[in-house]
Formats: sequence, C-alpha cells, structure tokens
Amino acid sequence: MADTLQFDLVSPERKLASVQATEVQIPAAEGAMTAMAGHAPTITTLRPGILRVVHAGGSDEYVVSGGFAEIGAESVSVLAERALPTAEVTQEIFAEMVAEYRAAHEKALANFKNEPGPVDDAAHLLADMVAVGTHMGLSYQE
Amino acid sequence: MPSLKDLKNRIASVKSTRKITKAMQMVAAAKLRRAQDAAESARPYTERFNAVVSALAASAGGSDTAPLLLRGTGSDQVHMLVVMTAERGLCGGFNSSIVKKARQAVRDLQAQGKTVKILTVGKKGREQLRRDMGDLIVDHVDLSAVKRMDYATAQSIGKDLLKRFEAGEFDVATIFFAQFQSVIAQVPTAQQVIPAKFEATDGAVADYDYEPSEEAILEDLLPASVSTAVFAALLENAASEQGARMSAMDNATRNAGDMIDRLTIEFNRSRQAVITNELIEIISGAEAL
Repeated sequence: MADTLQFDLVSPERKLASVQATEVQIPAAEGAMTAMAGHAPTITTLRPGILRVVHAGGSDEYVVSGGFAEIGAESVSVLAERALPTAEVTQEIFAEMVAEYRAAHEKALANFKNEPGPVDDAAHLLADMVAVGTHMGLSYQE
Repeated sequence: MPSLKDLKNRIASVKSTRKITKAMQMVAAAKLRRAQDAAESARPYTERFNAVVSALAASAGGSDTAPLLLRGTGSDQVHMLVVMTAERGLCGGFNSSIVKKARQAVRDLQAQGKTVKILTVGKKGREQLRRDMGDLIVDHVDLSAVKRMDYATAQSIGKDLLKRFEAGEFDVATIFFAQFQSVIAQVPTAQQVIPAKFEATDGAVADYDYEPSEEAILEDLLPASVSTAVFAALLENAASEQGARMSAMDNATRNAGDMIDRLTIEFNRSRQAVITNELIEIISGAEAL
C-alpha cells in the first residue's frame, strides 16, 4: 500500500491544492483528526480552523471554514466553503471572517432565546474562528 | 437621392459604429476567457460536492425525517422562479432567450393553477419581465456592482432564497440561466434547486463513516448546495453573456463593414454622376458658343 494519499483542497472559486500528502490534519466538526494513507472512508463536516497538509516538500497550512472533507484510503478531498493559504489571510480578512460568525452568533441569540443548543453551536464556531487568529498571531478586538 | 455630403456623413458614422462594435467584441473575448477560467476552476468543487450530497441524499432521502430542503414541503402550489440575466444589453438574444424560457414556465404553471413568484437577478431580465409580469416580481438582485463573480454573491442569493423558503413563501424554487456550450450556442436552462434534485448516482458509493451523523451532515450541506447551484449558474451565465456578446458584436462588425462597402459604392457613383453632369454642362456650354 502506498504511504501517501492524494490530497485535494477546493473552494467554490478555485482549486487551492492538489498534492501527494503523507498526512492531512483536518479541523473536523467533532475534533481535529489526522488522515494518513489507509484511513477508513469518512465524511465529516468542518469547523473553522487550520488545515495542515504534510507532503514530501514540507507542509502547508490553510485556513478553512465551512464545508466538508471526504476521506478515503488513498485520497482526501476537502471542499471548504471558504479556504485560503494562511499566508494570504490578513488582519482584514480575518476580521471579516470573525464578524461573519459573530453575526451568526448574535442572530442565534436573538432567534433561540430559550434553546441553548443553536446558540452554543454558534458560540463554539465563533470561538474556533477567534482561536485560528490567535494561532496565527492575529488579534481580534471585541 | 441623398446628397454627397449626407453620404459622407453616413459613412463616417457607420465607420465609428464599426470601431465601437469591434472594440466591444475584443473586450467580450477577453472577458469570456476570464469567465470560462472562473467556470472551469469552480467545476471540481461543484462536481465533488454534488457527488457527495447526492450519495447522502440517496441514502437518507427516502425517510420521513429527511430535511425539508430535500423532501420539499409536500406541496407544489407556490413556485419561485429565479431569473438570472445580464446587467447589460448588446449581447444578442442572450437576455431574451432566458426571459422567454421563464415566461413560458410562468404561463405553464399559471395554466395549472399554481401561484408564481419571480425573483430577478440582473437588470435586463427585470426590465423585460416588468412589462407583463411586474406584479409577480417579489424582489430583485442587482449585480451591477459586482465586478468579478464570487462565491459570496451566490451565497447571499442562496441565503435569501433559503430565508424565504423557511418563511414559507414558496414550495418549489427553480433557477433560470443560460448554459454555456460554445461562443455561438448558449442554452437557456431551468434547474430546480428547492427541493433539491440530484441525478441518480452511479451506485458505487463506498461505505463511509459519517461524523457527526449522516443526517446532520446532510442538514449542513443542503443549504450550501443551493448556494453552489446558484454560483455555478451565475458563472455559466457570465460566460454565456460574454460569448453571446462576442458573437453579436462580431456580426455587427461584419454588417457595418458590408454597409460601408455599399455606401462607398453609392458615394462614388453619385460623385461620378456629379462630375459627368458638370462635364456635360461645360461641353454643351462650349458648343453653344
């Protein structure tokens, strides 16, 4: 069995990466997971976070949010609604992304007054997004 | 019979028209390449996305607990038609052919006693539909500020549709756009997006583990599938528009050329007639002496 897998990262607007990877770290909905060759076929949704792909030439990092990942024994396809190489994420883009989740959180707060479920989910996503910024050294002001 | 001066002016004006149409054609050709590239780079996402969602839909869709977006409201009384056209004219029959298709659909649905609502995207479609179906138009999305079609634009249209669906404004949503086939062929197409319809998959679906659950993923992805469909349609439309404009302007340039040739011949003939006339006058004057 090969020890690499075909990794594709696509967003609706463009194809960001297509490489032979040795491992892919995915910010999955129920916790981060690392996919390596021979992984059991899995489909998982993504939460906002940093996707790291390790390949023969080093490793790349991407900020992803929304979408899903399809993991097979020999391939990983990540379809993110929004994906950018970390190097391209500036303070402004980050602020915009956080603002999006903040708005969703506020909307959830307004819509579901007595149901903690959706509000917690939205708060969670917001926290994830903010954590991405912290990881990259980008600040976020309330 | 127009005077020489009239003809000259006419030729000059057709010549400048030809310059403009030629320039528009070249601009359209450049934009077409870009639009095609954009459509091309969006394709992998759309294809993978649809493959996964339709596989999910096939396995989870049959049950009564399937998401509303897949199952529908159980009725098909109120139809929402999203008519996507261009912001600008001068692109041959591009806008009209989409509007014609939509208008036909409206008539068919109304004949069946359904209620029809129209959401227009792009100015030209609204202008044409406003005349006879103005009372059906519920909203309009202006794209004139959008320089480059991006996913965020499609997403805002998709979200707007979902909001209306959740508010119970309609049961079935269909989008109208032109499928790009080639520079000379754009096919007006209707595609139903809500409830989502997927082509049957080719069976071989691997046994995936789902995280969280199959239903939760489907619930998560279906709203995105509306945006994805809208985005794909917008990109197709953008390419079609430029293709249609390119061939329309190519025709216009050629016609202007023919017209200039014809006018030039007429101009030369009239000039020759004037000269001949003058000569006859001089000769007959000289003979009279």
